[in-house]
Amino acid sequence: MIQQFAYIGGLSDQFWSGIRALPRVLPVIGKRGRWQEPIRQMTAIGVAALPMIAIMAASAGMILALQGAAELRRFGALRYVIDLVAVGFTRELGPLLTAIVVSGRSGSAFSAEIGTMVVTSEIDALRTLALDPVEFVLAPKYLAAIIMVPCLTIMCTVFGILAGAGFMYLSTRMALGIYLRYVFDSILLRDVFGGLIKSLAFATIIVHVGCIEGFKVRGGPEAVGRSTTSAVVRSTFLVILADLFFTAVFYLARMQ
Amino acid sequence: MATPVISVGDLSVDYDGHQVLDRVNLDIRPNEILVLLGGSGSGKTTLLRHIIGLEPPGSGNILIRGVDINKCSAEILKQVRRQVGVAFQEAALFNSISTEENVALPLRELTNLADPIIEIMVYMTLAAVGLAESGKLMPHELSGGMKKRAAVARAIVLDPGILVFDEPSAGLDPIVSAELDELILFLKHAFQMTILVVTHEISSAFRIADRIAMLYKGSLIAVENKESFRASTHPRIRQFLDGIPDKVVEAPTVQEHLRELSGMTGAKS
Repeated sequence: MIQQFAYIGGLSDQFWSGIRALPRVLPVIGKRGRWQEPIRQMTAIGVAALPMIAIMAASAGMILALQGAAELRRFGALRYVIDLVAVGFTRELGPLLTAIVVSGRSGSAFSAEIGTMVVTSEIDALRTLALDPVEFVLAPKYLAAIIMVPCLTIMCTVFGILAGAGFMYLSTRMALGIYLRYVFDSILLRDVFGGLIKSLAFATIIVHVGCIEGFKVRGGPEAVGRSTTSAVVRSTFLVILADLFFTAVFYLARMQ
Repeated sequence: MATPVISVGDLSVDYDGHQVLDRVNLDIRPNEILVLLGGSGSGKTTLLRHIIGLEPPGSGNILIRGVDINKCSAEILKQVRRQVGVAFQEAALFNSISTEENVALPLRELTNLADPIIEIMVYMTLAAVGLAESGKLMPHELSGGMKKRAAVARAIVLDPGILVFDEPSAGLDPIVSAELDELILFLKHAFQMTILVVTHEISSAFRIADRIAMLYKGSLIAVENKESFRASTHPRIRQFLDGIPDKVVEAPTVQEHLRELSGMTGAKS
């Protein structure tokens, strides 16, 4: 129990250090040349993940439509498959699927990269050069993630909804224009913002858990392997807990 | 006597009840090379990590140019760290950037120098360690000796005044190791540096040291000039210099072993 509290304490300490370090990796106002690393990270976190997100979102969209249709067809309410897919992806599946992909791809990569830097004394070298490892290593990843994870979430939602359009066309020959009109009727602006707020929180969790697991590495290469597993398991666990928290808060807000 | 550049006072370190360093007192004088010798597990690396401020001490203090690095503010500690260059055992170059970018990093991050000035300083520093033509190479393209030289270039680029080496000869062949020793001597004479070298290589120690200190099981058992150290009659120093193992295990003779084996075979049949 003490270890868990120490872990949460370490995470919150690292979070505030990361927030303080963010301005220093921004273009123009940050330290010279530092903006290049966030750009590199944005490519790794965002652009490189796009094909996987697209395929997963399209598959999940189709699965949701098929499962929903199987039940709704019995009540003659097949049209509500559109609401199910659109609302489901905007509020829930878009942010969650994106977080799972980013956690698996990038959270583990952060942990492995930093863990290797610990093992090869690169983190110690930064400290002896009077450079802050959080500012130098974590901040570029954090900046890249809080920009790219919401973008990926939007793309994931779009691909999921388009998969629903594919299903509706195949089952009822519904045209894309009509489908999209139903989609825009079913989702509200607050659903979109709610999903984006979730995606920001998930990005924060993935980056900080991935990095803290890397910084915690002690020993040799096998410790790096353990840290990557731990980064994915812990960040996925915390993402789902955070999702529950936000979903409950948004639900209560709608009730009032 | 000159004021010590580095002063370790009564430093004790304890990890989970295991005493790693026991009341270590050590002064390093200006413009000297002090070699810290000791076997595996003697506490050399722990002492080095405390001296460069990577670990908080259990008890005792470490003064660098009169500043207690464990009691000063973070800002003062930053300034002190700029006066200490460290060349790590694994070189610890940043693998995602080129050799010259590694060397330029402290200049870009900690100074306001213009880029053309930084480029000139990086080239001069790389030339000083014999890597003038290798700046564009990535760390994975460098040999072991070149990596260590690049690490030295990064450590001295801010003109730190104090240089610390962790096992500089580790993993190098004798020729490259001797070249690195020459570089250490060059740095001392050319830049008036105070140098601490942690190693277990006896030949390297006698080649470069002004004084030699020896750690044994966390205690400092000698700090002497190299001639006195070589002539020391201290049993642990003699054991280390002469390479005598702690326990000589008497292996069974081949005959006894064969007899044992034939007995086992006979019993089976």
